[in-house]
Formats: sequence, C-alpha cells, structure tokens
Amino acid sequence: MRVVIPIYITMVSIDELKKISSQVRRDIIRMVAGAKSGHPGGSMSSADFLTALYFGGVMKHDPATWTRSGKGQDVFILSAGHLSPVYYSLLARAGYFPVSELATFRKFGSRLQGHPSTEKHLPGVFQPSGSLGQGLSAAAGVALGKRLDNDGRLTYVLMGDGESEEGQIWEAAMFCSHHKIDNLIAITDWNRQQIDGNVDSVAGLGDLEGKWKSFGWEVITCDGHDFEKILAAFAEAGSLTGKGKPVMILMHSDMGHGVDFMAGTNEWHGKAPSAELAEKALSQLEETLGDF
Amino acid sequence: MKKYTDTGKKDTRSGFGEGLYEAAAKNPDIVAMTADLAGSVKMDKFSRDFPERFFQCGIAEANMIGAAAGIAITGKTVFAASFAEFVTGRVYDQIRQEVAYGHTNVKIAASHAGITLGEDGATHQTMEDIALMRALPGMTVINPCDFNQTKAATIAAAEYDGPVYLRFGRPSVPNFTPADQKFEIGKAIIMNEGTDVTLIATGHMVWEAIKAAEILESEGISAEVIDIATIKPIDRKAVTESAAKTRAVVCAEEHNMAGGLGELVAGILAEECPVHMEFINGQDRFGQSGTPAELMSAYGLDAEHIAAAARKATGKK
Repeated sequence: MRVVIPIYITMVSIDELKKISSQVRRDIIRMVAGAKSGHPGGSMSSADFLTALYFGGVMKHDPATWTRSGKGQDVFILSAGHLSPVYYSLLARAGYFPVSELATFRKFGSRLQGHPSTEKHLPGVFQPSGSLGQGLSAAAGVALGKRLDNDGRLTYVLMGDGESEEGQIWEAAMFCSHHKIDNLIAITDWNRQQIDGNVDSVAGLGDLEGKWKSFGWEVITCDGHDFEKILAAFAEAGSLTGKGKPVMILMHSDMGHGVDFMAGTNEWHGKAPSAELAEKALSQLEETLGDF
Repeated sequence: MKKYTDTGKKDTRSGFGEGLYEAAAKNPDIVAMTADLAGSVKMDKFSRDFPERFFQCGIAEANMIGAAAGIAITGKTVFAASFAEFVTGRVYDQIRQEVAYGHTNVKIAASHAGITLGEDGATHQTMEDIALMRALPGMTVINPCDFNQTKAATIAAAEYDGPVYLRFGRPSVPNFTPADQKFEIGKAIIMNEGTDVTLIATGHMVWEAIKAAEILESEGISAEVIDIATIKPIDRKAVTESAAKTRAVVCAEEHNMAGGLGELVAGILAEECPVHMEFINGQDRFGQSGTPAELMSAYGLDAEHIAAAARKATGKK
C-alpha cells in the first residue's frame, strides 16, 4: 500500500488572510445571487474566522490526501449547514475541488447541494447538515473515533447561535464533558441574528458563556472579525485541548459583515440579493484571487 | 410438514446481546452505545469486557444517534441501542440525516419492539417503527423471529457495511431456529412448504404462523410458512413464487398495517401476482398494559387468528 503523507496547508500572513476572506465574501455573494437563493448573512459573519481556520495554519488538513474518515487530519463539521456558501468557497479556495464548480451551487446535478451532502462525495465534506442542532453530536463522535484510534488530530465544529436553541446541542454539551472529549474545538458564530429576527427577541439564549461553562466546557470569547484575535483564540483553544475538557470559542460577529447594507440585520439571513444589489455588494469587496 | 421444537424460551434481545458480544470479540472496530438502558438491551457484558468502546449516552437519544454517526465516519461499526420507540420515533430526523442520508455504518438496535413489551403500556410499545425505518432510502430493516436468529442477524449486521435497523423484543419466546444458522440479509426463509395458502410472517409472529400451519394441517389445509427476517430489502422472488403457487396469502406482523410488512407484500403482489390476501396486525391501534400473551390474544396476533385469516383467504379462491 502506498503511504500518503499529508502536506498540511501552512499558515499564511494576516494580510493574505484578509485577501482570502474578501474573495470568499465575493464568492458568497456571487453564489447566492447566481442561485437566486441561499444564506449569505451567516456565511459572511463566519467568513473571517473560518478563513483563519482553513488558511491560518490552525486546522491540520490536506486536500490532496483527504478522505471522509478524516484519518491523520483535523476534521471540520459544519453544523449550521445553511452556511454552505462560505463552506464551499473555502473548500474550493483550499483546493478540495475546482473553484469553477462554485458556479453550480444549488443547481440541478451539482455536488454543491443547497445544504452540505455526502451523497455526491464532495471532497472536504464529512457529514450532511442543515437540520439544525446535530453537528456537535457528530463532531463528538468523530472525536471519540479519533481517540479510539490514537489519531492525535482534532475535530472542529461550527454552530450558529440561533441553532443553540435546539435541545440536542445541550445533550451533546453534556455528553462531551461527561466523556472528557478534549480533542474537540467547537465554535459558535454569535451574530445574534436568526431568520425571524434578533436572537434575543426570538428565543433568548441568556448567558451563553455561563451556560457553556456550567456544562463543563472551557470557553473563550473572541472578536470574530479581527484576525489577530482570531488566531490568538485558536492558539489558546489548541493549548486547552488534551486536558480533559471540550473547548468552545464564542465568536462575536455581525451577520452580513463586509457589505454595508447587509451588515447587522437578519434581513439577509436566507435571502439572495438581486443582480443590482449583488453588484453593489461586490463593489465593496475586493477581488483578490480571481472570481470563479 | 416440518416440525419445529421450542428448545427453551429465550428473549430475542439476549440473542442480540450475544451476537454483539461475539462479533465484538472478533472485531475491535465494533463500538456500542446506549441511552441509559444497557441492562435492558443486553449490552452489559459488552460494557464490562470492552469498556473503552462502550459509550453510555444517558437519557439523550438524539445525541446518541449523531455521535454514533460521527464515530462511524472514522471507520467503526457502531451499534446504538434503546427501546424501539426511542430509537425511531423520538429520533427520526437524526436517523434520516446522520445515518440514512449520510450513509454511515450505524446499526440502530431496537429492543422491546411491538406490543409484547407488555406491562409498560402504549407509551413504550411501538407498532409504527417498521414503517418509519422502511421509508428511509438505503436503510436495511431486519426483524428476526427468535433468539438464535437474532444472534445470527446481529453478527450479519456487524459484517454489513451500511445503515441497519435491527428490531427485536423483550419477552421470552420459543427458540426454534438452528443455533448454527448463517443469516443472509435479504433472504426469506421458507419454514414450511405448502400448497393452499402462504403465511408470511416476521418477528415474533413467525412462531405463531408455524403453529397456525399445524392447526390448518389438521383441517386438511396445506400452508406454506415464510419467515421474512429481512423486511428491507425484501426477498421479492420468494414472496412472488409462493403466492403464484398457493394463490392465497396471509401477512402477520406485530406492527400496524400502515407501512408494515402486509402493505409491502401487497404492493409487490399487486405488481407481480395479485392473489387473495388477509392481514394480521395491530389494526391502527395503540397498545396497552398487559402480559405479552394477553396482548397478543386481545389484538389478534396469534396462531388462532392467523389460521382464521388463512381459512378466509383460501375460501375466496
């Protein structure tokens, strides 16, 4: 058997991370505008810290040797499956599949389903998601599998704050601390918006930080749009792994961040901009790596 | 007619426990999980001898299904067990997304299925679970008939790569199939050959069908008995060939009509070989408290009712 050694994507500078996230935001706008549907708001609130995760030397991953089993690599589970635009853009830009394929988002026959799917074997996707509240459980399972295999690598998972209204999240929170799953780093995109409005007005989460702490987790809070702070938070999270407790990073973010008329509102949670508004949005986002 | 002997009453859940243990002793990649019911689902021996690959999930079935899928992604074969109601109805979406759509190597091990759960009553007795699991694309549905067959089916499920719903029960019931059988997923078992009527049964109802065939033989009616241990994918050939021969079919299951074995067989025969049919099932009802024997009789899930249905079906020819 041929032994394939992963060549992990190495850390790039903060200037380069900013360039990548600008291009990722352009991809998000162009994908949802092209599909005339999709979820740009949360994709843009999570674009910076996910760019850091995939390109900042945080996650140990190698598209060339990727398998769904995740063996020998860090695993990322997107629990908030509606954030598929940012996810697909990052996977394509990292080299998991051709950037040109982003043009097929939500189209018939595409591997880029509206919500992530494993059925068409899109590289980089470990598990389907979209029915909310389930990804932390799946990530906990992957982390346990890695523990059984003495794999030594980590599992990351991203949830939305609105998603944390699901009871299963808290089942999983208890499960992770009870089983001392300490090779898991969870992230909450705390943008305070969900489809029906402001999270506090829909079903307030109360003291989210206190909740996770009381469930037995290490909790880090961070500005989800400041790359220096994001990299520091991931470094701190990494240093907390292997010590008997799961780790949560609460990322303070703005829904729609990066485009003035989309920022800070729930209006663009699950709506595509018109061609005209897409052009207006793109005029605020520098094309750095070439559009798909 | 072939005679079957009860070699001593045993619960099918213990067949599951033994099969799981035997498979796990050979395969270190087998993982077991339960939601606060290790003793009831017979995982205690596994948890004692393989503690590093046993995960107690507490009373949190939704998380158990998701975590089972996650472990399976990493290359393990995961058995997630609870009462049938709580690993189907309670977690249908989790099974749909994480296990069926994700096509993960998870075996949903469903104990205490059907009305024979008994005294706990309707809250715990599911007669809808086969319908729910059959409806999922890619899900294999297995419902063995006795201790020996459940043990063999568990070993077969462990060797199969993909989602499986494995259904078994709580009460001690006759153990009459061979101890050394090899279970073939998707293959019907012809328990008895006959020419006048076909009795198609699954789970605990297979023994009742065998007893019904004995009653019918004494009346001069020759009954063929088929054990449908794998409901999905069902053995279409066995069902169709038998129906073509006898031209009268009775389906018997410890489950309601909607989405059950009877509807499945009726659908196949409507396409391939329309014949007179009768159905023995829970008749769109919830269960209630009682002993398994009382409930089987009260809900018409026994040999006498199957025999009566067979007379009716043959009388229509």
